[in-house]
Amino acid sequence: MSATLIAQVAIGGLLMGLVYAVVAAGLTLIFGLMDVVNFAHGALLMVAMYATLLIHRATGLDPLVQLPLVALLLFGAGVVIYRGLIARTLSVRVNAGMVQIFVTFGLSIFLVGAAEFLFGSDFQSINASFLGGRSLAFGAIILPWPLVASGIVALLVFLGLFLLSRTEFGHALEATREDHEAVALIGIDRDRVFGIGWGIGTASVGIAGVMLANFYYIAPDVGTNFALIAYVTVALGGFGSIFGALIAGLIIGLVEALTALFIDPALKQIGIFLIYLAVLMIRPRGLFGHL
Amino acid sequence: MAEPLLAIRGISKSFGSVAANVDISFEVAAGEILGLIGPNGAGKSSLFNIIAGAIKPDRGEILFEGRRISGIGAVACARRGIGRTFQVVRSFDSMTVLENVMVGAFLHARRSAAAMREAAGVIAFCGLAGRRDVAAHRLSPPDKRRLEIARALATRPRLLLLDEMLTGLTPTEAREGMQLVRDLRAQGITIIMVEHVMEVLLPLIDRAIVLDLGRKLLEGRPAEIVRHPDVIRAYLGERYVA
Amino acid sequence: MAGVVRGTLAARRRREVLLGIAILAFLAVLPLGISNVYLRGLIVLALLYAGLSQAWNILGGYCGQISLGHALYFGIGAYTSTLLFTRLGISPLLGMFAGGLFSGLAAFLVGLPCFRLSGHYYAIATLVIGMMAALLAANWDFINAAEGITISFHGESWADLAFRTAILPFHYVMLAYAALIWLIAWLIEGSRWGFFWRAVKDDVAAARSLGISIYPSKLAAAAISGAATGIGGALYAQYVGFIDPESTLDLSLSVLIALPAVVGGIGTLWGPLLGAAVLIPVQQLSVAWLGSAAGGIDLMVYGALIMALALARPEGLVSFFQARARKEAAGHG
Repeated sequence: MSATLIAQVAIGGLLMGLVYAVVAAGLTLIFGLMDVVNFAHGALLMVAMYATLLIHRATGLDPLVQLPLVALLLFGAGVVIYRGLIARTLSVRVNAGMVQIFVTFGLSIFLVGAAEFLFGSDFQSINASFLGGRSLAFGAIILPWPLVASGIVALLVFLGLFLLSRTEFGHALEATREDHEAVALIGIDRDRVFGIGWGIGTASVGIAGVMLANFYYIAPDVGTNFALIAYVTVALGGFGSIFGALIAGLIIGLVEALTALFIDPALKQIGIFLIYLAVLMIRPRGLFGHL
Repeated sequence: MAEPLLAIRGISKSFGSVAANVDISFEVAAGEILGLIGPNGAGKSSLFNIIAGAIKPDRGEILFEGRRISGIGAVACARRGIGRTFQVVRSFDSMTVLENVMVGAFLHARRSAAAMREAAGVIAFCGLAGRRDVAAHRLSPPDKRRLEIARALATRPRLLLLDEMLTGLTPTEAREGMQLVRDLRAQGITIIMVEHVMEVLLPLIDRAIVLDLGRKLLEGRPAEIVRHPDVIRAYLGERYVA
Repeated sequence: MAGVVRGTLAARRRREVLLGIAILAFLAVLPLGISNVYLRGLIVLALLYAGLSQAWNILGGYCGQISLGHALYFGIGAYTSTLLFTRLGISPLLGMFAGGLFSGLAAFLVGLPCFRLSGHYYAIATLVIGMMAALLAANWDFINAAEGITISFHGESWADLAFRTAILPFHYVMLAYAALIWLIAWLIEGSRWGFFWRAVKDDVAAARSLGISIYPSKLAAAAISGAATGIGGALYAQYVGFIDPESTLDLSLSVLIALPAVVGGIGTLWGPLLGAAVLIPVQQLSVAWLGSAAGGIDLMVYGALIMALALARPEGLVSFFQARARKEAAGHG
């Protein structure tokens, strides 16, 4: 096995890890804000990928051009989900945690079913895109452009989330996550902050979905796997920590790629899970989890 | 010479850079009602939780009936015979009053019939007989405090730690609560009470330990305590000291 | 005094047993009045899930630990009994208890690291471990990997728990299973352990202050819950005659095992049964009626139902009955 191959696989893994990190960032943002684990997160990724596919077919717009459009669409979906479902679970007096888990699970099943009903369960893909088929060569290391672009966009998302945290709204987010009740006293509308938080969380997933649609197959259950990896990423990085999601995503992408290379592609996730379990033994709250 | 029931020896505890308790030592004799008093932030809660085993001290040791209990944990402390209540009431809200108290009784009882008998007796003793089959979350605040005491009592403790049980009660309720404490002592149970409102406690207790800023300020009978200038200063500020 | 107390709680427990016997009797004669084979099969499945969900409820409902990985214990039970039967010829009547034993052990082992976690961390860890097991099973040649195992049929036999066309025997098998797990839950509810576990669920600090060790309590609840789930997995394998990782280890199964208890009322004796009676027919009928015509609508109905029930009745369907019972009691008093 040549060093070039290993380097190529490792860099590819890190780039994929950035995509995982963006999916996980959306999840961890929502969790950190309001202690709700969104089990429909993978389904929302799937929704974003189908949206990209449909818009592409209808208008011919390249996925890259669609980025702001789909992100906005998913932002809206997040706000609607918050207003329509999640806000209701917050007023539940008994079994609130359980209700949140199963409401989002129900939503996930519903969305997957809707996709199956509308588009069938066959794998689909975007055949001709600006990035498709191009690759970037550094000497002997060759990387597909869709993956490289995904990594760049992912870094921009994290930059955006970082800048957001320094804005006034970011401070409102921070205040709300620290004390839901008290923020009302200083004139912050909790529902508004939570709603926008959901919007940003699902918009992150939307961006990941667009980039994945460039090079990944699209099917109703495509989100399951990514969601699973996102849960592992979030738990590994620490619930609520955006920075943790970034680091954990990179670790997971790298471990996955190397497991596939050195052991067996069919078992690539086992490597991830083992890392996850090992970290949980040593740091039950994840690498950067506070609480 | 009678061995003290509880001996606190040189207990210190810091949270980060904040010293909650600094080198605290005192003893509690069997059958005593001891008050642990001091203004907010004096380190009462920390010390209370250290005695109950919920927090490990950084230094020092605690002997209960001659055996070291510091560092053995809350579960083991309860099994050795130390019962406690909580500052913010913690009831088992999916259960009735009877079931709550049965949980405590199961520490010694193996079978539910025995636990039920024991619990019923304790509930009656604590004046909750009329509320026995009520869901715990439906109780009034003073009844919740009684429930906590009943639950702890069902574990047959020899030392009972009461955390601000009189705080927030009306004068009538507080009088009833104090009567309950006297009844407990009459049963042979030693009691340590934490309270930051000193006045309500003084007629009830045999002796008080006054804490201030993590240190033991004073130890003595209630009458000595109230007259002591340090206590007046700690509680009321400099200008009240004559 | 004590006599009167024994009265109230013991009377409630006696009433529960009487109600249990009445429901058992009703369910025993129910299939005799139903000739439709499909409907009978539906009831068999509902009974299986009533048992499985009650098993989940022991850990999730009574002890408060929300596991999203119970398919693992189901799968271990199914595979253990099936392998013993197909490879060694050991009857599933024994195999299901071997399966239960392994599942219980697995639940205990999973609990060792996971019960150091709390809340969402625990739920996610169980989910991940369950998925990891499914992935490993799909690549493990010894158990036929993703291809699965078919249980070949050598004639109807109670000794081998094998019946091809007759659904009636399986009706009684599953009824016995559901009744057994119900009985276990009933016994737990009245026992020292049951009280300790509910205390652990309600308030960990208060439970500690009464001398209850949290970690061993959770481990014990997990082991019993896992074992009870594993027995159900073994029975499922015999009923369907074929197992593979997708049908016995998938995350969706973990959710389906938990759902009846959640919908019916978690931490209650009747919740899992009630939830299974509502949820399983809806889920199965929507597959049967809608699934073939337009793929996906079944999932939409199922998902929408979960959302609606969880939001409308957070305390579960049993609360309808409890509210009525309270009103009656108030009327008498």
